[in-house]
Amino acid sequence: MFYRENGQFKTSYRADQQIFPISQDRIAVLAILAFAFIGVPLLASEYLFNAILIPFLVMSLAALGLNLLSGYCGQISLGGAAFMAVGAYGAYNFIMRVPGMPLPLALLLGGVCATVFGVFFGLPSLRVRGLYLAVATLAAQFFADWVFLRIKWFMLDNASGSAAAPHLELLGQTIQGDVPRYLFCLTVLVILALLSKNLVRSAIGREWMAMRDMDVAAAVIGIRPMYAKLSAFAVSSFVLGIAGGLWGFFYLGAWEPAAFSLDLSLKLLFMVIIGGLGSIMGSFFGAAFIVVLPIALNQFLPGSPACSAS
Amino acid sequence: MAGMLYALVALGFVLIFKASGVFNFAQGAMVLFAALAMARFAEWIPQWTGIENQIVANLAAFAIAAVIMFMAAWLIERLVLRYLVNQEGTTLLMATLGIGYFMEGLGQSFFGSEIYRIDIGMPKDPVLILEKTFEGGVMVNPEDLIAAAIGAVLVAALAIFFQKTTTGRALRAVADDHQAAQSVGIPLSRIWFIVWCVAGVVALVAGMIWGSKLGVQFSLATLALRALPVVILGGLTSVPGAIVGGLIIGVGEKLSEVYLGPFVGGGIEIWFAYVLSLVFLLFRPQGLFGEKIIDRV
Repeated sequence: MFYRENGQFKTSYRADQQIFPISQDRIAVLAILAFAFIGVPLLASEYLFNAILIPFLVMSLAALGLNLLSGYCGQISLGGAAFMAVGAYGAYNFIMRVPGMPLPLALLLGGVCATVFGVFFGLPSLRVRGLYLAVATLAAQFFADWVFLRIKWFMLDNASGSAAAPHLELLGQTIQGDVPRYLFCLTVLVILALLSKNLVRSAIGREWMAMRDMDVAAAVIGIRPMYAKLSAFAVSSFVLGIAGGLWGFFYLGAWEPAAFSLDLSLKLLFMVIIGGLGSIMGSFFGAAFIVVLPIALNQFLPGSPACSAS
Repeated sequence: MAGMLYALVALGFVLIFKASGVFNFAQGAMVLFAALAMARFAEWIPQWTGIENQIVANLAAFAIAAVIMFMAAWLIERLVLRYLVNQEGTTLLMATLGIGYFMEGLGQSFFGSEIYRIDIGMPKDPVLILEKTFEGGVMVNPEDLIAAAIGAVLVAALAIFFQKTTTGRALRAVADDHQAAQSVGIPLSRIWFIVWCVAGVVALVAGMIWGSKLGVQFSLATLALRALPVVILGGLTSVPGAIVGGLIIGVGEKLSEVYLGPFVGGGIEIWFAYVLSLVFLLFRPQGLFGEKIIDRV
């Protein structure tokens, strides 16, 4: 954006294929990471952590997950919140039912549940595409809403119908307070973002993009549509599932099925489209826009109740 | 019978999709907005002018609501769609979502957010028909019959409009390809204005009937989501498909709730329609009456 890659000559394939080929990019990413890990915990206030930073991190992760599916593979999904819900309830059930289950493993298993769910509801994508598929994924959304509202087993037969976050523990240390929670979310986000960045520039990412651009042509040159589409659904819902777990455990604390309603799905899609379809960086900007804007509007436009509705 | 009413909402979807290639998520909000306008004006007009005759007041309210929908159509074209010519379907979809949210909010801040009644004097008592044909007869609500008749008239009128008039042909050209339509001299902005006007009127009719049945309230906006499987089932481009799909979904929903609901805890009608249309899509991706999807590289 602000600079060009003139004069940076590569002398080896390794240098040519590294994840950030331009040195300014490398420096900027490292600087941002350093600031996020060291600077922010020193500077930010409690309000900033709870109201803005943690939701921003988790929503970035969710937008990233949806972007893998909608942006890179071109399958528009209106069921993002459903996959998040499956991840959240999956992680919740694992951590509550299995004694001694460590938190990261529970989150991962929640992601695995979301993957299975995502692949199942990704099956229609083999037959339909575009707007038809968007409506088909709505089925996932309504189905998940219903399942978690009606089937009490997922709530540990809890009469109140809401799930409360368990005691969060990592390697014997309790995760309490704003800074540790922030750092945990940030770590998960950075790991998954780097993995995604690498994934989309590998063979599988190129297959997804070929599917997105013209699926018939992609099939003709030997890309298996079923494998490409379902793998996109699987990876995307895995990331969304982990984001769902984080959203429930680290941001909401206690939640009801309504926390993962269609509204959230639409917001996720807005983030992806505003940030940029098919851009990892865009997911962060989109999430920042959607998370921060309503808060900013409320702060700077006092006396406008309509703003708080979104 | 909810099926006929779903069909009316679905009709609005199909219209806009058929004529401009936009999947209009704002349809539910438009129904709500139109119904709110109608309900409030039907209440205000007797207060302002002293006309006591209910039919006159209703007609006037209908006319005013229609004019408001025309204005909304003009504004939507002017402020939103004009800048999105030739964009991808997804972008347009999100734009209509935004319009939808905006209309919901605006409608409620203009007209208030309580539950209003529209009373257009439709008979509500169920009657028995066909008693001579077989024993017991069939219990039918005249309201539903009227709704069905209105739906049929609308469909017939629209079918003629689409197939026989020059404007109708232009509409179909626009749906196919914005750029190509423009290059042969079809005025895109006027076409879009017309489409949204027609969709506004359909929304108004749907809102009126729903409103007189259930009252005008916020939940009308979510109707659009209930009508989506109808559109998918019937085919996105087919007007008769919307009607048939509406009937199938309407009946299917209720039957599933009655016969399957008790086994799994009830409340399944919301997603049953979706699953029904989903299963259906696996066998016929273009819907019941949709145009065949042809793949080109």
